[in-house]
Amino acid sequence: MATAAVSCRELSVVEAGDLSHLLDALERRGYTVIGPQVRDGVVVLDVLHSAPDLPAGWSEVTGNGRYTLKRTGGSFFFRCTPSAQSWKAWLYPPKLRLWRASREGSGFRVVPEDGPIPRYALLGVHSCDLHAFLRLDAVLGQGKYRDPVYTARRQEAFIIAVTCSEPEANCFCASMGTGPRPTEGYDLCITEVQEGRRHYLLVEAGSERGSEVLSDVPRTQPDEKQASMPGVLANKAAARMGRTVDLHGIREALYTRLEDRYWQEIGKRCLTCGNCTMVCPTCFCTTVEDTTDLVGSQAERTRRWDSCFTGEFTYIVGGSLRYSPAARYRQWLVHKFAAWQDQFGTPGCVGCGRCITWCPVGIDITEEIRALRNGAQKSKEERNGDA
Amino acid sequence: MAVSVEDPMLTRPCRVQRMRMETSDTFTIELENPCHNGAGPGFAPGQFNMLYLFGVGEVPISICGDPARPEVLVHTTREVGSVTRAMRRLRPGDVLGVRGPFGTGWPVDEAVGKDVVLIAGGIGLAPLRPALYALLERRDEFGKIVLLYGTRSPDDLLYQRELEKWRARFDLNVYVTVDRAAGRWRGNVGVVTTLIPGAPFDPLETVAFVCGPEVMMRFTVQELERRGVAKEAIYVSMERNMKCGVGLCGHCQFGPFFVCKDGPVFQYSKIEPFFGKREV
Amino acid sequence: METLERILAEHPFFEGLDPRHLKAIEDCATNVRFKPDEYIFREGEEANWFYLIRQGQVALEVFHLEQGSIIIQTLGPGDVLGWSWLIPPYRWRFDARALEHVRAFALDGRCLRTKCDESPELGYALLKRFAMVLEQRLQATRLQLLDLYSVRR
Repeated sequence: MATAAVSCRELSVVEAGDLSHLLDALERRGYTVIGPQVRDGVVVLDVLHSAPDLPAGWSEVTGNGRYTLKRTGGSFFFRCTPSAQSWKAWLYPPKLRLWRASREGSGFRVVPEDGPIPRYALLGVHSCDLHAFLRLDAVLGQGKYRDPVYTARRQEAFIIAVTCSEPEANCFCASMGTGPRPTEGYDLCITEVQEGRRHYLLVEAGSERGSEVLSDVPRTQPDEKQASMPGVLANKAAARMGRTVDLHGIREALYTRLEDRYWQEIGKRCLTCGNCTMVCPTCFCTTVEDTTDLVGSQAERTRRWDSCFTGEFTYIVGGSLRYSPAARYRQWLVHKFAAWQDQFGTPGCVGCGRCITWCPVGIDITEEIRALRNGAQKSKEERNGDA
Repeated sequence: MAVSVEDPMLTRPCRVQRMRMETSDTFTIELENPCHNGAGPGFAPGQFNMLYLFGVGEVPISICGDPARPEVLVHTTREVGSVTRAMRRLRPGDVLGVRGPFGTGWPVDEAVGKDVVLIAGGIGLAPLRPALYALLERRDEFGKIVLLYGTRSPDDLLYQRELEKWRARFDLNVYVTVDRAAGRWRGNVGVVTTLIPGAPFDPLETVAFVCGPEVMMRFTVQELERRGVAKEAIYVSMERNMKCGVGLCGHCQFGPFFVCKDGPVFQYSKIEPFFGKREV
Repeated sequence: METLERILAEHPFFEGLDPRHLKAIEDCATNVRFKPDEYIFREGEEANWFYLIRQGQVALEVFHLEQGSIIIQTLGPGDVLGWSWLIPPYRWRFDARALEHVRAFALDGRCLRTKCDESPELGYALLKRFAMVLEQRLQATRLQLLDLYSVRR
């Protein structure tokens, strides 16, 4: 049911009840829609069969190492910021077979994987997670060597972003320059509005593909006030961020403090469980496993997510280079905020705050950065004060 | 329209041509390189391959053969784990998977017109050997060429026949030392750093290539600097855990550097802030 | 014609030494030669000399009952051999064997000890030089101890 064509960047009003038309339009075009749902007491990201499965009326309450779901009573679909997991798993699978090999005479033959590329429509991507994909693009898709699976799935993926209006206690996308308003990298962007009893979505097409899909969805023109809502809501959200990070000179600040004693303090608390790396939307470390069947005639190479917090991550002959928890935590933090800049031109963190939520001992990366920077600041003041 | 991206994780089967024991726990594998068509250099000295043994696993090993003969891929390795232990039992005709060559090489062109000093510790001689071949191939372009090689004992010397041939040359200065020796040994005894003060090179017009255990490289760099060699003129070869070898798995990170793609050869001045820092 | 004084002055160990002190040392110095495999001194013997190697390699050895002689270090031209003359009980702690033809200055320890007692300035100048040699040897020995090329399992 095509209506008049939509041009890019043009805003449309879609009634909340008509969201299912969007899902249908996507499914008709061969997409599997992935979206947030409530399951087992958290909001997970999984295949979305219909609009009612969205976590309408739920919101998340987070803190240091704390997560609860709360009923808000409203009907917002995309209030939950962000979900327990990240969207990473859909384009960068936690477990992936790379190839198989079989013995042939005295040698072997390698059989590359050749399956179809899944086409996912990711519904409800907050700005932090949107930027996370841009980070992963730089790591996996722009170097001399690239990940063919990520790049293929990324090309196919249809992204429906969401403007954040209710940031959570652990959010700091504003400090990282990655939100709360999506500005690029999406096919469609939704801003949810509730006015009295009316619940509607302001939808903006961000690409030709997005325009094309949106043309199948019943919509109306926004008035001037409505057209300004995305900006207004985003600004309100930006002012209510739960946490902040001072990015000025952070690269030098971290590199000059590599041997600071404060890392030992963190090391006493960190369990090296790696939860932070598992929920982080930009962590990309993987490991490779080579296995064979019992007879030894078929071999397989699999890639799995890995974490720099594991004991064997830095194993070379004789032992692990990063043995102490302090060193492993330092690696993660310094990589995320300093080394990533040298490697890919931006920090690696997008301010989603999931690591703070899911750390069993409640380590807050923004607090640790502050403590590291202030530590040195304090000693400088002490020195000047006593002069 | 999907643009297909080449998969850097696919391995190419290559046949073993020769196997040779160098010492009691170190051996050399020579592989036939079917992908080389005779045009252009196959690898740069200092680069490495990821070698895969069917069903056992994959390890990064420096290429240590002659860059002018890339139709044969030569690798010397020590038996240190399950994969290398299994590799030791390979016979000519067996097949290994090869991915590579990866990484940065020794900057031979930087040394044109200057003296070159190669300092090798233990198995570090293997990644330096292709650099020596490359230098000798263009001998006239360089000043003095000095090889300083230290290892544990006379039984651990690699490439002994070649060492003798190199020592016999008039345009090459070779000094060998061991950490300990039985009474019969007539050569130097002492750590390789003791060879640096007296070695015949001009510190102000020298490029140094250093390869060996990190501790050895740390003290070697100190001695070189003490003799007046600038940090910018010193190159070291680093080693870290590697899984993919192509900068995607994150294991080999050393500060902001990926040893597999920004290294393994690094200019010392670039990595100095991180070199020698504990657990970095 | 080269005088002993001139050659002594050119030896790296005495670089920068005051000519007066050099003269005093010259009185305690003689030219010596050793043949290949000749022992320059053996462990336990009285240590009344030290040697400035001018030419040839010398091996420092320790005798081990099961392993035979183990060479722990070799020294060559420009190196100083022996400091046990400085420290009581003035006995050699290892063997020194010439690996090839060796030419050296032998310096009489007893003669020098007397002169140093008489002239603390000379004593200080010599001790400073020996301290540097000791430091370098200690550092090198520590590195040898590290067994750098072994594989930790």
